[in-house]
Amino acid sequence: MRYLCFYFQVHQPYRLRTYRFFDIGKRHFYYDDYNNRITMQRVAERCYLPMNNLMLKKIEELGNKIKFAISFSGTAIEQMEVYAPYALESFKKLVATGNVEVLAETYSHSVSSLMNKDAFKMEVAEHKRLMKEIFNVRPKTFHNTELIYSNEIGADVAEMGFDLMLTEGAKHVLGWKSPNYLYVNAINPKMKVMLRNWKMSDEITLKFAHETFKVEDFVNWLNSIPKEEEIVNIFFDYETFGEGLDASTGIFDFMKYLPDAVMKYTDFKLVTPHQIVEKLQPTGVFDAPIPLSCRDEERDLSNWMGNDMQDDALATLYGCFKKVKASKDEELMRDWRALQAAENFAAMCTKHQGGTPYDYYINYMNILTDFINRMK
Amino acid sequence: MRVLMFGWEFPPHITGGLGTACFGMTKGLAKNGVEVLFVVPKAHGDEDQTNVRLLNASDVTVDIDHETERSYWDRVQYMEIGSNIIPYVGPEQYATMFEEQRHATRGFHSSVFAPRYEFSGKYGANLMEEVARYALIGSSLATKYDFDVIHAHDWLTYSAGIAAKETTGKPLVVHMHATEFDRSGENINTDVYAIERRGMEAADLVITVSDWTRNIVIEKYGINPDKVITVHNAVEPSDKSLDEYERSGLKNKVVTFLGRITFQKGPEYFVEAAYKILQVDPSIHFVMAGTGDLLQKMIKRVAQLKIGANFHFTGFLKGNDVDQMFAMTDVFVMPSISEPFGIVPLEAMRLKVPVVISKQSGVSEVVEHALKVDFWDINGLADAIYGICKYKAVNEIFRKEGKEEVDNLKWEYAAKKIKNVYELAINLR
Repeated sequence: MRYLCFYFQVHQPYRLRTYRFFDIGKRHFYYDDYNNRITMQRVAERCYLPMNNLMLKKIEELGNKIKFAISFSGTAIEQMEVYAPYALESFKKLVATGNVEVLAETYSHSVSSLMNKDAFKMEVAEHKRLMKEIFNVRPKTFHNTELIYSNEIGADVAEMGFDLMLTEGAKHVLGWKSPNYLYVNAINPKMKVMLRNWKMSDEITLKFAHETFKVEDFVNWLNSIPKEEEIVNIFFDYETFGEGLDASTGIFDFMKYLPDAVMKYTDFKLVTPHQIVEKLQPTGVFDAPIPLSCRDEERDLSNWMGNDMQDDALATLYGCFKKVKASKDEELMRDWRALQAAENFAAMCTKHQGGTPYDYYINYMNILTDFINRMK
Repeated sequence: MRVLMFGWEFPPHITGGLGTACFGMTKGLAKNGVEVLFVVPKAHGDEDQTNVRLLNASDVTVDIDHETERSYWDRVQYMEIGSNIIPYVGPEQYATMFEEQRHATRGFHSSVFAPRYEFSGKYGANLMEEVARYALIGSSLATKYDFDVIHAHDWLTYSAGIAAKETTGKPLVVHMHATEFDRSGENINTDVYAIERRGMEAADLVITVSDWTRNIVIEKYGINPDKVITVHNAVEPSDKSLDEYERSGLKNKVVTFLGRITFQKGPEYFVEAAYKILQVDPSIHFVMAGTGDLLQKMIKRVAQLKIGANFHFTGFLKGNDVDQMFAMTDVFVMPSISEPFGIVPLEAMRLKVPVVISKQSGVSEVVEHALKVDFWDINGLADAIYGICKYKAVNEIFRKEGKEEVDNLKWEYAAKKIKNVYELAINLR
């Protein structure tokens, strides 16, 4: 018996409004409400509702044979509560079946794990509280923003009481090793590490857009994996269904027929990440002294940090963590969380074509100046 | 007396000092009893019309709010010539902008940092051809009207001025608002230089906006000093007071740079001075308002110095936003490397904002109540800014005296001098 594990990310950041110098000190509202609302409602209609309904139906049909995991960011839940409460209800129903493992992550989809250990801990604690409140669950598996991972981060997460962490099966770290095994953290061997099979995950998300990727292709691929390799982890954004990939590509049908085909034609069983820890023994150490992520060809951090604008913005933001924490002001805390979203720093990245990184930096720094000003 | 003036943009579509100066000057001339035939290049939307559109000055969207001023405007006749030529743009940049607009697709991202110019496909894609075409229309226009003197502003209209002089035999006055050396440093465009020199040589008299510019004209263009006369620019007194605007929401001092972010304006010196000041007082905030080819470089430098939380960019400001910016400003800084005149400090002073200006600017010749430093002296610049921020006495004096000083620099007086130049040009015949 071998294991196939699907996990999905549900995340929406708060998009920021145009915030001018003239607003500093006068207007403390930072968000593009309209954009946030229509985006959430569109994604709810196109992805969350149809995909949840599909999965609920599959669970009804197949019972315990179908399992998977979802990671919800806190900012996605918050916006769902306000703009699309029906979508949140649907997710609650899905989680209540018991077939879905809810993963732990940072509340704001932040890169706090790289910046400040206390801020990171706070992010995780707040997320944990929210998952308890919304879904009445205590997540046991940790998945960091964009699968960012290093030996040190893994050890930090172990300290927070988790025994399994998910990350990218990055080629430059794995070398000749296969991602299809259970590993342990290099500092704390009690922390297990499960690796995303990026090749197959990307295959689904990228290939589907251009050509028809059939259920048979997936099944054939599973059967071609050497028999001794034990687990396959597929991970991508939940929004891929219906939003990233339009329903007309057939992505919903793919997910509809996939579980049955896997059960019928392969020796793989669908499980949640934490079930693996209970079933399998780790085979070796995953040694990542330098942080990695699931982004870009390089699988490094350059999407969020490294250029002067990103570094200035990050240093300024995390430089005021102590003051924010000491303020115990709920409004400040809310803004603090929203401003931490990794997307803010990705938008300042100058590696890619398009976008307006300079404008974004200016706008973000104006907001940050106002934010800091409020704590004086 | 009647003058045929080849001028530039009128409010509210003003993108820089040249438009503001032409506007103030025309108003001042009208007050001095001079009639003005005001000709401007403008790309129209309705392409099938004739080349020249005649408008009553009162139809032009200017702020003619005072009944008394309305009568002066009767002396101004306003004409638009369909053309793509725009101020402040050299041949290379013109070609780039033209291409950019031509290829502008859905993916082209226009941000708040770029003022929009309208280009029309009907006109030339090459600036030099366009200048020649403009001259042709200008000269044929000149034969249809009666006037005593021709007045052309900046090199793009010099060819039109010369053509009008050749067809009518009327005296020509050219007005140097900026030289190619101010725009490009030592790496000048020789075609532009040639047109500037030809214009000044063909002119009966040359007006320069400062002695700084007069010296350049004499030394670098070899123009006979006897025919070059300095008439400093002026500024319209503002009837607005600071109370009409929002004050800064920051609890700290705000230091502002406002202008095109280009080599000529010395934005780098402002950023470096800001960094020095922040080492001593991290509470002060700096604003760079405007846009230009050095904007990205400035943003990068600010990020590299890690002063982004205290250094803000506003993008291009116009109209009311400019005064709004001044209302939020404690010190205005103009560190220009070579500034023929530089009207912005005067606009700041009339709203009671103390200013620091470079000695390499024409405006430093006419104002007393300002701190003047060499543009390259970053320490001196930092000292001056810090001093005004911190020491109340200087600050108070500059606010009060500066305003009074500027209120006396009226266009009415400057226009009187220009009228004298016209009379001299006519009498030289």
